[in-house]
Amino acid sequence: MDLGKDLVAASSTPLVLAILAEGESYGYAIIKRVKELSDGHLQWTDGMLYPVLHRLERQGLVASKWVSPSSGRRRKYYRLTKAGRAELEAERRRWQMVDVTLNRIWLRACLA
Amino acid sequence: MSARSDGALEEQIGQWRAYLRRRRALDARDVEELETHLRDQVGALIQAGLAEDEAFLVAVKRMGSLDALSREFAREHSERLWKQLVIGADDDAAPKTVRRTETLVVLALAVAAALAIKIPALFGLKIGDQNDEAFYARNASFFVLPFLTGYFVWKRHTDPRRCAWLAVPFIAAAVAVNAFPFTHGSHTQALSVLHLPMALWLVVGLAYVGGRWFQGGGRMDFVRFSGELFIYYVLIALGGGVLTAFTMMMFKAIGMTPDWIAQDWLVPCGAMGAVLVGSWLVEAKQSVIENMAPVLTRLFTPLFTLLLLVFLATMAWTGRPIDIQRNVLIAFDLLLAVVLGLVLYAASARDHEAPPNLFDRLQLLLIASALVVDALALAAIASRISEFGFTPNRVAALGENLILLVNLAWSAWLYAGFLRGRAPFGALEAWQTAYLPVYSIWAAIVVVLFPPLFAYA
Repeated sequence: MDLGKDLVAASSTPLVLAILAEGESYGYAIIKRVKELSDGHLQWTDGMLYPVLHRLERQGLVASKWVSPSSGRRRKYYRLTKAGRAELEAERRRWQMVDVTLNRIWLRACLA
Repeated sequence: MSARSDGALEEQIGQWRAYLRRRRALDARDVEELETHLRDQVGALIQAGLAEDEAFLVAVKRMGSLDALSREFAREHSERLWKQLVIGADDDAAPKTVRRTETLVVLALAVAAALAIKIPALFGLKIGDQNDEAFYARNASFFVLPFLTGYFVWKRHTDPRRCAWLAVPFIAAAVAVNAFPFTHGSHTQALSVLHLPMALWLVVGLAYVGGRWFQGGGRMDFVRFSGELFIYYVLIALGGGVLTAFTMMMFKAIGMTPDWIAQDWLVPCGAMGAVLVGSWLVEAKQSVIENMAPVLTRLFTPLFTLLLLVFLATMAWTGRPIDIQRNVLIAFDLLLAVVLGLVLYAASARDHEAPPNLFDRLQLLLIASALVVDALALAAIASRISEFGFTPNRVAALGENLILLVNLAWSAWLYAGFLRGRAPFGALEAWQTAYLPVYSIWAAIVVVLFPPLFAYA
């Protein structure tokens, strides 16, 4: 299913925040998690995740650190900040409101 | 999980990384982050059964268009596009130690040039002193250009033994201009002073191109370098002026008048050191100003064309002849040089494959009107010579105008050919760069042969 550019962009912030709420993570793993959660329906252009992450970091919603494992390449890990948690809660309410609104009208359409 | 370090795959990833690194909106860490992602993706795809090159292609495709990506990064990190102006902020391919060495070398050379101009003061020659003015005017080039030449010899890794002959023109010129028995305020001395930097600039150019004078666009690079250095130098001079003004103002506030600091130290030392620092900035930051010269060219080509046309119309209308004094002739030569510069920088920034457009017609009009102005100036000089005989000023002006006339005429011919689709644009550029040594050789003739020819008058 093609979600369209705007919807993908709009949903990227709550999705990334929600995934990071599960624990700290890095870009590739976040993309994989999105694919899992959406059964492969939500296809992001991989590269585009990074500007989003950097924006969230600038807004103070996520924090990052570079972790060098004993073997292999170092990675940039992102985790949710306190402000990020609050923003996630606000996002959740917004999306639920949209969801409730749409459900009502669709329910009415079904009944009618 | 990381991809197996196979040669071909590593090379492909290396190329991808190099391509990404050229994007100015991405810094080294972003590239590293994206590369790790790419490697994760490639590794996962290989595990899923794809061949290495297939995995690489799929992973790159999933990464998305790099143009769109760097646009997003630019939106998110707009400050980075500005940061490029700050020294050392960019992630050059060169390792840090090389860059630090270069910084030290440049600073050392700049300080050396700044101190060199103070050496004559040890022997009682004072800057700003009426009697010593001529000495400084004659020798100004020797305090800075050898250091600049040395910088490029070092930077291009030219074998110093192979380019030791570069010192010969400097020594010969220094001996000549100082040994000539010029009388005070002589015309040949003024001409020597004016032409010496032009002659020696060719030596700097030879060091700049580091042995590729005849190949690979080396000369065009030098032309670009010269223009960009000029822009940087003007910027640095503006900053220096502000610094000097503040120095004076602050010390005056506590009742001191440190004119000597500005006159004897800040201005002369700054003027010398700024040449080195400016050159280094051009070398380090080519891409920033590269975009400036074409913009200035586009802006001023119509204005200069208009100036020349209005001037010609006024001359035709009023019938006033050109007054040929040295300053007027110099101004005319400079004007024609500016026209050539406009043509040259427009050529340097032009896409050679693009078809002729309106701007090209405007350029041809500019060249044509400059040609007419040059011919008028030549006629004025020639009539003056036939009436009153040869003087060094007139002969120098005659030579320069002839040189410019030849260049402009042939440029106009090539440009017209290009507009009619008969010649490639590259021919014009090749002609301009091939002509470069002519200016310097003529300048050298004026410096070295004119004084004895005209009895140092």
